[in-house]
Order: sequence, then C-alpha cells, then structure tokens
Amino acid sequence: MCFYSILMSSNNLVNITMEEKENPNSIKLPDTLEVFRNLKNAKQFAIDIGGSLTKIAYYSTVSFRRVYYATDNIDKNDEKNKDDKHDKFVYTYSEQARLHFVKFETKYIENCLDFIGDNLVNSDERKGKSIKATGGGAYKYSKLIQDKLGLKVDKEDELTCLITGCNFLLKNISDEAFVYNRNGSPEYEFQTADPHVFPYMLVNIGSGVSILKVESDSCYERIGGTATGGGTFWGLGTLLTKAKTFEELLDLAEKGDHRKADMLVKDIYGGDYETLGMHSDLIASSFGKICPRQNAESDYNEADLARSLLFAISNDIGQIACLYAMMHNLKKVYFGGYFLRNRSLSMHTISFSIKFWSRGTVQSLFLRHEGYLGAIGAFLKGTEECDSDKFSWLENYAGSGSNRTQLTFGKRVDQLELDRWESPLTFCPLLKDPSSYIPDTVDLNSDKEAREYWLNCFEESIENYVNYAVASQPTSDTAEERAALFKEKFISRVQLLKIKPFAYGNLTVRGLLDTINQCLKEFDFPDPYLTQKQTENEYALRCLQERLEELDSLDLKERQKELIMGVLAGNTFDWGAKETVALMKTGEFDFKQARNRIPARPWLIDSLDNWVQKICNEPYKKIAIFIDNSGIDVVLGILPLAREMLRQGSRIILCANSAPALNDVTHSELVVLLRQAAAICPIISKGLDEGKLKSMETAQGGPCLDLSRLERELANELTTVDLILLEGMGRAVHTNIDAEFVCDSFKLAIIKNRWLAKRLGGDMFSVVCKYESVDVTK
Amino acid sequence: MNNVKICNRIGTLHFIRFPTSEMNNFLELSKKKGMATSVSTVCATGGGAFKFEEMFKNELNLKLCKCDELDSLIRGLLFTVASNNNECYFWSQCTEDEQCSTQEYTFQYNKYPFIVVNIGSGVSVLAVYGPNNYKRISGTSIGGGTFLGLCSLLTGCNTFDEAIELAANGDNVKVDKLVRDIYGGSYSRFGLPGELVASSFGHMNSKEKRAQVSREDLARATLVTITNNIASIARMCALNERIDRVCFVGNFLRVNPISMKLLSHAMDYWSNGSQKAIFLNHEGYFGAIGCLLSFDERFKE
Repeated sequence: MCFYSILMSSNNLVNITMEEKENPNSIKLPDTLEVFRNLKNAKQFAIDIGGSLTKIAYYSTVSFRRVYYATDNIDKNDEKNKDDKHDKFVYTYSEQARLHFVKFETKYIENCLDFIGDNLVNSDERKGKSIKATGGGAYKYSKLIQDKLGLKVDKEDELTCLITGCNFLLKNISDEAFVYNRNGSPEYEFQTADPHVFPYMLVNIGSGVSILKVESDSCYERIGGTATGGGTFWGLGTLLTKAKTFEELLDLAEKGDHRKADMLVKDIYGGDYETLGMHSDLIASSFGKICPRQNAESDYNEADLARSLLFAISNDIGQIACLYAMMHNLKKVYFGGYFLRNRSLSMHTISFSIKFWSRGTVQSLFLRHEGYLGAIGAFLKGTEECDSDKFSWLENYAGSGSNRTQLTFGKRVDQLELDRWESPLTFCPLLKDPSSYIPDTVDLNSDKEAREYWLNCFEESIENYVNYAVASQPTSDTAEERAALFKEKFISRVQLLKIKPFAYGNLTVRGLLDTINQCLKEFDFPDPYLTQKQTENEYALRCLQERLEELDSLDLKERQKELIMGVLAGNTFDWGAKETVALMKTGEFDFKQARNRIPARPWLIDSLDNWVQKICNEPYKKIAIFIDNSGIDVVLGILPLAREMLRQGSRIILCANSAPALNDVTHSELVVLLRQAAAICPIISKGLDEGKLKSMETAQGGPCLDLSRLERELANELTTVDLILLEGMGRAVHTNIDAEFVCDSFKLAIIKNRWLAKRLGGDMFSVVCKYESVDVTK
Repeated sequence: MNNVKICNRIGTLHFIRFPTSEMNNFLELSKKKGMATSVSTVCATGGGAFKFEEMFKNELNLKLCKCDELDSLIRGLLFTVASNNNECYFWSQCTEDEQCSTQEYTFQYNKYPFIVVNIGSGVSVLAVYGPNNYKRISGTSIGGGTFLGLCSLLTGCNTFDEAIELAANGDNVKVDKLVRDIYGGSYSRFGLPGELVASSFGHMNSKEKRAQVSREDLARATLVTITNNIASIARMCALNERIDRVCFVGNFLRVNPISMKLLSHAMDYWSNGSQKAIFLNHEGYFGAIGCLLSFDERFKE
C-alpha cells in the first residue's frame, strides 16, 4: 500500500479492528477548525517571515480510516457473519504524511504564535527542538518565536530557501507555473509537468527585488536586483494615498486611471512617436503630469496615483528582469515574493514589459504558490521527510485554498496542503513525448461551454455521492452530519470555480473528480462504494463460469470480437456516470442487456477489425491493462480478455488504482478478486502461480489516469510492455484519448455521458475502440 | 559657448531655457520683441515641435522646421564635444562623499561606440556607433518628470530647483530600508553591503517611521531612488552592448550633483571600475544645438 505509511503493526491493526467492532459509533469528526489543521501532530516547523506576510510550514500526519473487505475472513466465517455485512469490513487507521502551509499578515504574528503554542500538545517533545526560520523577519522575530514556542530558531538563508522551494513546486505540483494573458483565452495558460526544469531565472519581488539564476538544485547565483520593489510600492503608496494595507493599495490601483498622472507619448508628441515605433499610449514619464500641472480639470485622485505607481514599479521590474535574462541568455523567468499576489493587473504589466523589452524572446511565468517558496525551502532544509528520491507530493485540493478560512481572531489566511505519496512517482516510460504530454482531453479553463456543463453536472450529482457516503456507514451517528459538511464544502468549491476556474490550476474533469475524492476522505468516508463494489463483485463472480463457457464455444476470430464486446458491455456498469446510474438503479439491468445495448458498428471510433486481425495472428509478449470498475466490468469484461491473452502466451499486468475512487477497482480489491477468479478458472490460477498474470498499483487515487505520475515500480515494469490497454471513460476518454505511445495501444470505453458523446460527435453509449499499432503509423 | 564655428562664422552660442508650460508667455514675449520679423523659420525639436507647430504659425507666423529629437541630440552632443575642449568631466573618488570632486575628462569623441543616457521627463538610452549611426536601445518612464511629480506630491514643492534644494538637505536612510535593516548587517553570502538600499521607501509603510521623516528626507529618497534606478538600467544596457563609456545628459542633471555622484558611484561600484560615467557642461542643450546645426546643413543644400 503505497499511499499510506501504515505505522501500526499487525497486532495493533487487529486491536483497532476489534475496537471498531465493539464501538462502531466512535468515528470522530474531523477537525472543524479549518486553519492550522492537524497541529497537534505537527512534528516539524519552518517559518518565513517577510516584511508583509508570514508563512508557516509544518509537517504533520493525518490519521485516516481505511477500509478493506476481509475476504479471508469471509471465506472462513461465511456462515457466522452472513447477516452482518459490516463485519466483513476491516477498518484500519493509517497515518498519512502531510505538509501544511499557512500564510497570514506579519502584523498578526504574535496571535499566530500564541495560537500555535496553545495548540501544540506535546510540549515536552518540543524541548531542544528547533524551528527553521527564513525571510527578513527571521532576525527580528527570532526571540519572540523562541519565547512563544519554546523552540530554538535556526536561521536559514532566504534566497537559498526561495530556490529550493521553487524547485520543489516546479517538480511536484501540477499546473504550478502559468503564463498570464489578460485578454487571452485562456487567461491562465498552465504549464504541463516537464522533466526539464533548468535553467531558469527567479525574480523574487519582496521589499526589494533579487534576481537569481538557477541551473540545478545546487547551482545558482544572485545575478542582480533592484531596490525598487514591493516595499517601494507599499511605502510610496502609503505616502500618496490613504490606503492602510498592501491589499487596499492594490484595490485602489485597480480602480484608478494612470493617464491622469502619467505623461504619455501622445501628451508630448500629440500622437505616436513614429520614428522610434513608440505607441501614443506608452508612458513617457511616470507622474510626469503632476508638476507643473498642465490644466486643472484633469485632476487626479489617489486611485490614479496608486495605479500610476503600480505601473511604474511593475514596468521597471519587468525591464530590469528582462535585461538580466538577456545578459545571461535565460528564456524562462519565474516570479516569486509578496508583490504580485497573483493580481492580474500586476502580472499583466510585468508580462507586457518583459515581452516588450525582450521582443518576445523571454517568457514570464508566474507561480500559483509564489508566496510559499521561502517557507517550503526552509522546511526542506535538512529534513528527510521530503526526500525526492523517496517520496512524491500531491496538492490536497480539499485543504488548500485562499482567504476562505479565518483564524480565531478573525483574520483571513491562505493555506496550502500537500499530501505525501510514499514513493517517488514518474512518467510512464511508454509515452512518446513526456514533456508535451497532457493527460486531460478537455481544458475547462479555455472551454467555457464544457466548463459550465461539467460544473453543473458535478453540482447536480453530488447528492448521489452524499447518499452513498451515508449508506456506507450505517452504524455511524455522525455520517449524515459529515456528509452534509462534505456537500457544503464541495458545493462552495464549485461556486468558486464558476467565478475563478483557474483557482486550482487547469480545471479538468480529472481535477474535479479528484477533489470529490479528497473531500470525501477528509470527512472520513474512505470508500463510500465499498458495499456496492462487494455486492457486484460477488454477483459477477457467480456469472463468470457461464461467460467463459460461452466464449470458449466461439471460434478464434469470433471470440476475439466477443471479448471486446464483453469489455464494452462490462464498462457500461459505472456508478460514476449519472446516466447509467439511473438504468442500474432499476435493478433490472444485467450484462446481457448491456451487451445488447452496444450500438451497431461502425462505432464512433472503430478499429476492432484491425485489432482482431492482429491478435489472431500475432500475440503480444507483455500487456499492461489499466482497469476501471469493479463488478461486471472487471470480472466479466477484463478477466476473460486477460485469460485469453494468457492462453496466447502473453504476460499480463493488471494496473489498478492505489486508493478508492467511486466504484473503481482498487489494487487491494483486485488481489482478492484474482484469487477468487482463480478458484473458478484454472487458466487464471496457473497464470497467477507462474507470475504471468499479476496486479500492480498505479499510484492513482481518482477515476482518471495521469501517466506523468505513476508508481516507479510499475513504470519499471512497463518498459518491456508491447501493448498498453486503457479501459473506461476516465482513463481513455476524459484523459489519454490523444496520448501517443512508443508501443501499440488500445483504448476501449463506452461513453456514458450524453454531453461528452455529443462533443465527440456521437450519441449516448458511443463506443471508443481505438487500436493503434506503432508499425502502421510508421 | 564662445568661439563656436557654425556656417563658417565664428561666434558665441547663447542658451535660454524655460519650462514648456510657459510656452504661451514665451510666445507673447517673442511677439513683443519682434522675433518673427527677423526670421521666417525656426528649427524645432522635441515633442513640442509637433504639439506647438500650429500655435507658432498662428501667433507668430513662424514656420517650424521640425528635427527629430534624438538625431538632434546626438548631432549636438558630438558637435559640442568636438568644439569645446572642457565640455566633459567626471566625478573622481565618488565613493568618498567628502573628497568627491569633478575633474576634466578628455572625451575621445571620434572613438566609438559609447552610450548616451538622456534624462529628461523620461529617459532614453542610446548607443552611438558612429557620427550618423546610433540606436535607442532602451529607456524608462521613471525620469526627471517622475522625480518632480513625486516630490511635488510628497513635499508640496513646485519647481525642480526647489525639489533639488530640499533633497540636498535630506537623508534617505530614514526613508529607505537598507540591507542592514533586514539582515542586521551585510548579506555577505551574496556580497551585499549593509549600507546598500534594499528597498526604496521600504520604511514608509510604518506609521512610526513616517512620523520621523521630513520633507527633505522624502525629497532625497525620491532623488536617490530614481537616480539609482536609472544607473541600474544604464549599466545593464552598457553591459549588454559591451560598451564602457556612458555619457549622462539631460536637464535632470542640472544643479544636481547628488545624482551625478550617485550615478558615478553606481557605475564604478557595480562594474568594479570598468564602466565610466561621463557628464557634460551643457547637459540640457544638445537637442537645441543639434537642431541649429541641421538648419545649417539645410542652408548649405
């Protein structure tokens, strides 16, 4: 089990299981306090104190319940437990490592430190321990921290921390960097994960500006800087306006008209300055109209001054950054620090300035978590909890967000949470071009129609998730309450995404599904579809023998066709697709009906004949199948196909999710299922015994498939595969339908969503049967 | 300027300056003095040559012969440097404020390339490769106009001379955040001395600090901020062009030794002495001189 580091010995596990049985109502509500979550378990701290904002990072573990159905027990105690299905489940507690980042205004630092001090339980454990501190304020507040928390303060170099933090984000967090086009569609162009991060230039805009050239994790230098930075904007802004805070100043700037204060080219020349190619609206002299006043009627207000100031400073930083980038021949410039705050006006001005001065040769890139670079870097200093050779990190969409949470003393803060994956993740080695790989088929950021459809679709179907979540824990007193909280959280997220679709990077169906999953987990619904999955698996296993006999009665060619039909029929059974849920709820929808519902050929994408021809003549040596749903899908669709391939002498790897998502098969369930199927079919049994049929986990925890983040062990195994088969809507349509591979590939799915089917030019239950041979493409 | 030879005549060049905002008064004066009766055409440059063309025609019945601003600037500068032996100077020992003084500089004007930084309301950075070969390589909107505009907002002053006078009596250290204010000393890891300004106006978001600064301090900080910024841009442009001589001209430098010393210091310090800041006595008049010369050229034709 890779997603969790299970800290308990098997003894403990049994104990807890017992406890759960004896006391099924003891499910605790997750912390209702939304900020500084999991503080009680916090093991390590870092703090980045800037002139304006302070960021605290801490490493903690989160306790989650996992649930398995204990088949070994079922077999042995079947009679005894027949009435009580829940006794077939084993709840275990497992600990997941998580990084928390909290950002707040430095002026509240005392309150925050008090709060942390009060909430840290193990004060004895703290003795002799230290906190890493960076940022300008590390010096100033060192004593305060020591007094309030009883932790020794280790000061870390600010710029080194920034770079370490930046590298970490670029390598670990998807959609971290983006290009900003104010008038473009999409407005935010997120960069895909790229194995090649270096070299780049990092411009940190704090009180002043530091410009750094980064060539690798360990090789970097400060190549320059300027004193005209965020502090200048803030300081001058405070003198020139009545704004009290940095944010107010930025708000003012957004309302103002800089032309009241600035002298434009047209104010001097009456139009463009053509010989120099200078447009009439360019600023010739910032604040140039103030003194002497030209005429009284064009009087300026403080918003105009704030805007003029913002433009002067943003343009200036862009220009100086660009001069350094050109001098050092760097093409990518990232921005960090507290000045930008992802404000569109500032990002636009800087982008414009860099584009103007470099004539488009230098690209300005912004970071979603620009404010956290220093804190992340300080945290990473000397810690092994984040070793990139051992772990990977994923943004927790449930816990991250901006300005929605309040501290007890009523101030808003911004948070970021990263979950640790207990092994390093890597690109699928079969991808043709990893650096240009984009998992998602539809970018909901740029596609407004798709965005509206899917956001509404998820909003409407959330009730289904709620019902399943409650039903999955019938003995719990708190299930309904937690489910309501889950719903509230997800709905508010959808509302946010309707206004700010870019809030969490690229908006995709995959991201939305992941968010649902993470929110469910956060509210202690580790696997709402557990009962459903189990019932369907049992039902499907009872039908397996008959299906295998039916298939064996066909001749080779017909059988190959029928096997694919079987996969498609099986794939119809999906509790994640709202239109089939309606059918399935009637209870009268079985495999045969599904089989008959498959539309007549030719299908929407139909390369069945090529497949049949190939597979009849020349079997594959090693096949990886990324599977989808539990029950009929895997048992009656996938297993017979795998069995046929085994018979042909192929080796098969069945790749399943590491963590539960809807009714998708998880790796742990698959292991059990295969054992049960082996009892029915000798070919499967032999395949398992000889190691020719095996199951592996993907490291995915959602219904889609991101081939840039695979379990390393699986990735190693995949290098020798000559066919990759992706099954189901999540893995072969929402994602990867356009993915290109270095080996043959087969994408099979039934499109169970009317809107998506229409989008792709088909109708409900359209079939994607996309077989691509590398030889043919050559 | 004495003993200047233009059109085969030797004489003295006279210069007059007035704020562009006083153009109406100037026209009145010209009318009274009968300027339009002695000449029919005036060579003009700068943005106002376009803007006030109509006015000159209507009020004085004078034709404006428009010359490009930057062409005139370079032409005027090259001519002046060649005609006037003691035109150029530099600031020696600019790191030590007390001992810092001007010294004559022999500008080898026929040796190219060099950089010209013209600081007017805004700033233009030009690379000069030959007598008729230059290009505008950069510029910034943060220039003399910004200094005067901000100073007027911050101190209520009304003229450039007033602003400079205020700045001369102020101290920017109370306004700016220095490296030592953040790190307690120098940031040695990256070679930044404690006295270096880390954030211009960086103290001014604090109420207590605001209460302690005078108008003079604010004027000084404005001047230092803008000058240092110009120095940065000039220095980087020179580096990117691989040119080490940088001439600073423009009216911003008039009666402004503070800026000249700062520019000299910045160029010297950050380039380890390889770049040189050069100043000219007629800093603000090269456009006008160049413009006059172009009249001479046209006259010949």
